[in-house]
Amino acid sequence: MSRSDVLVDADWVQAHLDDPGIVLVEVDEDTSAYDKGHIRGAVRIDWKTELQDPVRRDFVDKTGFEALLSDKGIANDDLVILYGGNNNWFAAYAYWYFRLYGHQNVKLLDGGRKKWELDSRDLVTDVPSRPKTSYTATEQDASIRALRDEVVDAISNKNLVDVRSPDEFSGKLLAPAHLPQEQAQRGGHIPTARNIPWSKAANDDGTFRSDEELRKLYEEAGVDLSKATIAYCRIGERSSHTWFALHELLGLPDVKNYDGSWTEYGSLVGVPIELGEAK
Amino acid sequence: MTDGCGAPAQTASLPATVDLANEAVIQGTVEREGTVVPGAYARLLDSTGEFTGEVVTSDEGIFRFFAAPGDWTVRVLAPGGVSIDSNVTAQTGEIANVKVAI
Repeated sequence: MSRSDVLVDADWVQAHLDDPGIVLVEVDEDTSAYDKGHIRGAVRIDWKTELQDPVRRDFVDKTGFEALLSDKGIANDDLVILYGGNNNWFAAYAYWYFRLYGHQNVKLLDGGRKKWELDSRDLVTDVPSRPKTSYTATEQDASIRALRDEVVDAISNKNLVDVRSPDEFSGKLLAPAHLPQEQAQRGGHIPTARNIPWSKAANDDGTFRSDEELRKLYEEAGVDLSKATIAYCRIGERSSHTWFALHELLGLPDVKNYDGSWTEYGSLVGVPIELGEAK
Repeated sequence: MTDGCGAPAQTASLPATVDLANEAVIQGTVEREGTVVPGAYARLLDSTGEFTGEVVTSDEGIFRFFAAPGDWTVRVLAPGGVSIDSNVTAQTGEIANVKVAI
């Protein structure tokens, strides 16, 4: 798999805005950004209300995903280009999720909304209407999703990549610094995890670093790229970004995203927690 | 429902749910020739230069971080290749104000 199979740049998107069979999708948690302006033709997916189960802590099931994509007017053979704010965290999460439910023809816009804005490219407020489709998803691909027991078993056995900031890793902060810090869970990280913040995989403008830079980054931080890897963060979107870098850009075969991440692990009774820097 | 890690609205006053006594807040405004700049990117870097968080300035040009006590750098990005660093010290129970002119 090469980079162009999974990633497109802003120039490419600009040149293909009117191509049939291509659907641009903006994915955000705070969807007011879309209302203020989005790339022409882009439909919106609300990470919080459309991708998460409204009751259980899980994301929508296969039927829910099929209904969502059908409503958005996305067909099985469409090329879906995902982008969003927060350096593409939620778009990367959606990418992982599209893959999880078997949509193969999906790519990320490199740099997402930020790069597009910093380039001063056009944003519009017109909301496109797309005819409803009848989308069919596959069963979840368990090979890219880690659940908690597998994560506990991975301690000392697999690479655990904690992509939160160093202060969240050490236990000093419980959430990213733009969020209030009061949370139920304990601070710290999963023992044997390496701390490679998601942001190290990206440039200031939100684009991904080169394959050579990425490989060097993870190897120098002590990740054995020949072994299986589980990435986690606080709730699984920043780690989707790193999952994308490891699995899609570097092409490592066995990389899973632990979407329960620290809000689950740090609340589990009886599991080991390590504080401070990586041991 | 689980809240995401995305930044909340960058309002002019602290959200009512936040108890300042427990937070080390860094906030400020981005201005260009005396006019506030919405839609700029404010990145918070720790004392080693490591990225910690990023928000987009509000319509009033405001950004806000909930940091930890210590020394931080706020880096503001805007169209036209603008990238400006400002150093700031945060303390629990206080709001450290930063004004960034681009």
